[in-house]
Amino acid sequence: MDTDIALILTLDGITTGAIYVLIALGTVLIFSVTRVIFVPFGDIAAFSALTLAAIQLGRLPGTVWLVVVLAALALVMETVDLVRRGDLPRLPRAALLYGLLPCLPPAIAWLTTGMKLPMALQMLVALSLILPIAPLIDRIAFRPLAGASTLILLIVAVAVHFAISGLALLFFGPEGFRTEPISTASFDLFGLTITFQMALMVASAVIFSGLLFLYFEHTISGKSLKATASNRTGARLVGIRPVRAGTLAFLLASALGGLSGLLIGPVTTLYYDSGFIIGLKAFVGAIIGGLVSYPVTAIGALLVGVLESFASFYDSALKETIVFSALIPILLWRSFLTGSHDEEDEEIEG
Amino acid sequence: MNLSTHRLTVGLACLALMLVPLLASPFYVTLLNFIGIAALVALGLVLMTGLGGLTSFGQAAFVGIGAYATAWFTLTTGLSPWLGLLLALSATGVIAACLGAATLRLGGHFLPLSTIAWGFAIYFLFPEIPGFGQHDGLKDIPAISIAGFSFAENRRVFYVIWLFLGAAIWLVSNLLNSRQGRAIRSLRGGAVMLASLGVSLFRVRLTIFVIAALLAGLGGWLYAHMTRFVSPSPFEIRPSIEFLLMALAGGSASVYGAVMGAGLVVLLKNWIQDILPHLTTNAGQLEIVAYSVMLVLLLQYARGGLMSLILRAFPQREPVRPAASHGLPHRAPPPAGTPLLEIVGATKRFGGLVAVNDVSFGMQSGEILGLIGPNGAGKSTMFNLITGALPSDGGSFRFMGEEITNLSQARIAGLGIARTFQHVKLRPGMTLLDNVLMGTYLRTSTGFLGGALRLDRVEEATATREALDQLARVGLADQAYEKAGNLALGHQRVLEVARALASDPILLVLDEPAAGLRKGEKEALARQLRELRDQGMSILLVEHDMEFVMGLVDRLVVMNFGSKLMEGTPEAARSNPLVQEAYLGGQA
Repeated sequence: MDTDIALILTLDGITTGAIYVLIALGTVLIFSVTRVIFVPFGDIAAFSALTLAAIQLGRLPGTVWLVVVLAALALVMETVDLVRRGDLPRLPRAALLYGLLPCLPPAIAWLTTGMKLPMALQMLVALSLILPIAPLIDRIAFRPLAGASTLILLIVAVAVHFAISGLALLFFGPEGFRTEPISTASFDLFGLTITFQMALMVASAVIFSGLLFLYFEHTISGKSLKATASNRTGARLVGIRPVRAGTLAFLLASALGGLSGLLIGPVTTLYYDSGFIIGLKAFVGAIIGGLVSYPVTAIGALLVGVLESFASFYDSALKETIVFSALIPILLWRSFLTGSHDEEDEEIEG
Repeated sequence: MNLSTHRLTVGLACLALMLVPLLASPFYVTLLNFIGIAALVALGLVLMTGLGGLTSFGQAAFVGIGAYATAWFTLTTGLSPWLGLLLALSATGVIAACLGAATLRLGGHFLPLSTIAWGFAIYFLFPEIPGFGQHDGLKDIPAISIAGFSFAENRRVFYVIWLFLGAAIWLVSNLLNSRQGRAIRSLRGGAVMLASLGVSLFRVRLTIFVIAALLAGLGGWLYAHMTRFVSPSPFEIRPSIEFLLMALAGGSASVYGAVMGAGLVVLLKNWIQDILPHLTTNAGQLEIVAYSVMLVLLLQYARGGLMSLILRAFPQREPVRPAASHGLPHRAPPPAGTPLLEIVGATKRFGGLVAVNDVSFGMQSGEILGLIGPNGAGKSTMFNLITGALPSDGGSFRFMGEEITNLSQARIAGLGIARTFQHVKLRPGMTLLDNVLMGTYLRTSTGFLGGALRLDRVEEATATREALDQLARVGLADQAYEKAGNLALGHQRVLEVARALASDPILLVLDEPAAGLRKGEKEALARQLRELRDQGMSILLVEHDMEFVMGLVDRLVVMNFGSKLMEGTPEAARSNPLVQEAYLGGQA
């Protein structure tokens, strides 16, 4: 291999890695605030790309039905909860939050179907359709288990992934799609051709990591998320609602996932189930950061992208095996770094 | 349900199973074959996930390793599948041991995530290995046969599968009822307690991880020789999820949970496969939606699984454990007055905070020494340094003349220092007897295999006698078969003392034993501690409650802000102005 190929591979890796950065940051965000390892993250990214593709083809995106189904489930659960607790005055609020609000984007999407919207608006519609997904999943699957251990939450997260990717096949169909390129322009940098798309992906990762940092350090709601992450009880004592912080974290994560989907849509052909592997690779990055550190997570996710790009050059069939096997030495190194930490798990019921 | 009705039920169930292939239609026999194989894998997960708290999303990969190993071996060499079984088990065992050694030291959620990763890695690897037939897989795998009698037919292989399953259930339930089994059953939520009793958590975890993999590998071997065909797809992550679902659906309340869970999931799967095609054209995909929803509902509403519901409906009486006439051998306590514990310059820092600052004191055998001080004085940190729960940053600790500075908790426990916890750490779901038996862990030696094969009966009976003796010593003998969770806090504290005594300690270290006790309970505890001292036991107690301490201890060490204020008799401490200032914040 000469330096040229190595450079191209690195560049390619960084571009893919940029997407993993966004997803990995979201994973760390949700985990630290809610202790949920949100496995369906990659799915959300894939759905976002598929949604945009459907809009561009003038079809009604399957996401509409996904959101409506999720919203209906959440509304039913919330209503049953409220009725059981006798808290009827809150019913209209529940109807608004879980019924009306999540159904607004689907309504807009339905109304604009077939219209030739400008690219930016198309992306906006797609993103707004994606936004309610993670918070609704939170309401349906995770909130009833608020006190459960990380392990139980993880098992549920994996189950949720399979449930929504199964539904996704129903709504999106088995075909793969690629969205229209955002721009076909390219420029030269040190003798390498860099497409505008690539630059955009990397730039987005940088900008949104920066925004996330500013949000956590300089806004009240960001600080309240940080507070919930470090101590739930303490946060509750000073008036922060962990449930609301959780919803906010899921909303942010939805946004990050949706955005990554829009960015990879033009580069890779995505299927209804492509998200899982993307999400898992981002996890490898998140694990490098120990699911705690945002900067190390970002670096880790970039490394995964580069490793994947080199691995596919050497042996494309073994690419996945190489990337996932890399996790084992990483985990070893992490456990060496932190020592064993035995978290006290819950006692088994029954 | 007592022991004889339990045996009767199991016997009848076995008999009914023997008749199934003769009476049932081939379809149901095949279904039962799949249930049997799945139950083997689920049994491993009940042990590992349900009891041990180690979640695996990659169990199907181990099934795949077992299946491919035997398929490749029997096809290329033409040798007997029984040799293939050896290869299947050694391949899964070795791979699991390597993966486990690499990942099991990781805390909580890292392990399940890594199982997803290697589950994927192994699955993607299968079609790439030369000789494994790429994506088409391997076909015409020979059937199992014994001395020319072929088990090719589903009706016949049925007996092989269920015989293996029965043996596996027998071995695993023996194991769970043994010395190591008690440790396995305490892994979830009892890690700190286990470490203090000298159990190597890593070793226990690694062993159950390998056992679960071996059961999966066995399942893979049966699968390969039953279906006579292997390809990569049954070993991806979805079947792994199904196995997990089975283990959780059955629940870990009993080993039969694996069979119940496997039966439930396979039958439901079959039923869903019948129904869904009528409703949609994407039936294959909706199947997984249905399982996932069931899994989530199960975790939201019935986390204990099916077996716990059944056991609740038929409450079981704990079987009486046979006890020998003599307990375990005791070590002779050192003569009263010999130096027992010598601490010189102990120091512990947490970042910038010096929790224990250059503290030195000694202790003689046969005395009760109290370590007291106001909140934040560093008592508990000192306690953790002595027992090895925390590494020290400086100073030397000697016990009976031996250097114990920064030894592991297990080593220190083995030398004869036993502890109790400020927040009682018992297994509420286990009997008092089982809780105390755990204290004998370091004095007994039965391993995993010995426990599974019931080679531990003599040792178990001796240890049981020992535990009953210790329960009698603290006055809880008549409640030996009660659940520890049903005791009042005062009795739970005393039960912890009994567990500590079961390790035959020379020095008993008690962390705030009077906290949360009523007056009567405190008096009873003080009486019992004095009795123990009179029998030659040395006791170090970290305490908050001055009234409790003053009437009980022979000497006191008073700490404040991490340093030692004074050392002496309770009277001397009471009249010491420094102590008065520390407790009352000025002249008293």
